Amino acid sequence: MSYRTALDNDLRTLHVQIIKMGTLIEKSIDDTIQALINQDVEMAKQVIEGDDRFDDMERLIESNCVSVIARQQPVASDLRKITSILKIVTDLERIADHCSDVSKLTLHLAKEEYVKPLIDIPKMSKQVKEMLKLTIDCYIDLDVDKGKRICKEDDIVDNYYKSIREELEMIMKERPGTVRQCIDFLLIAKYLERMADHITNVAEWVIYSVEGERYDRTE
Amino acid sequence: MENYKFKVSDLDLYYGEFQALNKINMSIKSHQITAFIGPSGCGKSTFIKTLNRMNDLIPGVTINGEVLLDGEDIYASRQDIITLRKRVGMVFQKPNPFPMSIYDNITYGPRTHGVKQRSKLDEIVERSLRQAAIWDEVKDRLKKNALGLSGGQQQRLCIARALAVEPEVLLMDEPTSALDPISTMKIEELAGELKKDYTIIMVTHNMQQAGRISDNTAFFLNGEVIEFDETVNIFNHPKDERTENYITGRFG
Repeated sequence: MSYRTALDNDLRTLHVQIIKMGTLIEKSIDDTIQALINQDVEMAKQVIEGDDRFDDMERLIESNCVSVIARQQPVASDLRKITSILKIVTDLERIADHCSDVSKLTLHLAKEEYVKPLIDIPKMSKQVKEMLKLTIDCYIDLDVDKGKRICKEDDIVDNYYKSIREELEMIMKERPGTVRQCIDFLLIAKYLERMADHITNVAEWVIYSVEGERYDRTE
Repeated sequence: MENYKFKVSDLDLYYGEFQALNKINMSIKSHQITAFIGPSGCGKSTFIKTLNRMNDLIPGVTINGEVLLDGEDIYASRQDIITLRKRVGMVFQKPNPFPMSIYDNITYGPRTHGVKQRSKLDEIVERSLRQAAIWDEVKDRLKKNALGLSGGQQQRLCIARALAVEPEVLLMDEPTSALDPISTMKIEELAGELKKDYTIIMVTHNMQQAGRISDNTAFFLNGEVIEFDETVNIFNHPKDERTENYITGRFG
């Protein structure tokens, strides 16, 4: 087997592993939100327990990357692909962590009636999920334009966070008895906002992998 | 201001009818290591030899264009070749010590250039062997035949021999391709040390070596320089697709 064939096989394996991990996390986000909306304790527990699988996947992908670097000494676009994967896998694992964080709060809130019907949080989480889906597509196609669009969409999630925070602040002022629950919802909104940041990072690494330079969102 | 040792403009070289180098333009910085990479037959060895006129010896060679060393054309008729080769030394792929003692190998050059005083020659021997990181290994057997040294030691001796005449530039044509990994590492470390005092230009088939030790890398293909840039750029993000294809092993 030539150097190039072995390297191509290794890269293909890594590529598939990242797509698989991303797709499973997309499902995890979905479950996280369903559990929160429906106060579904079982589903929330499943999300929390499922987090170990993502930790294992992260370790496997990391060690595969290190092996490829050690054995094949990739350069140029090959090297950029592998360094990007090493960064992307960390961001994906963080997103999975945040699913678990939200689900722990779902368990915390399971026996309480919510202070108000959930409106913006489901919308926000739908946006986050859409962004992740788009990011996986962007990774599969190495589509720089799509990557740049994802980076812009992060602002939508930031705006949701801002308005949810303002709303919760108002509720807390008016009904001090709800403070504990409102803090939980504030944390949930914050975790969702962080998920979008990690998704944006993934898109930025795809852009780097293709273009060889870090993308500056302010440009 | 950048300090360039060599400035090459529009250099063409023909072996008879065959054009081996095509419009080479390159400025090579002082006190840096510049590596030439490319597939066999791409012209990198031919090019490095034009820098101290080693191609003059080959029948049927025609050279057009300009090669400036510190601003002076080395192909000008007034250029003295002996002086040029004293300023621009060369180390070859296969270690080629003279079949004589280690001491005589080192002093051969200085003697040719008129150094006769014993104490001065002793001093040159020690300085050169120290610079080539081989002094400690051979200081007790300077009178022994150099052919008794290992391949890696022989190559460092050849580097010491090149340094003995105090050149300004050291050309190295695949200096480690006949050596084991430990000897290779020693030569690479040595090159890193030597660039403080010399300008080093190296042809290498070992891409990782170019990546490890050189400051600048030129990629040659079919007698042309396809891309010449800082090594970090060549290995992270080459601009030309042909460079990318070569260094990632997609062809060549």
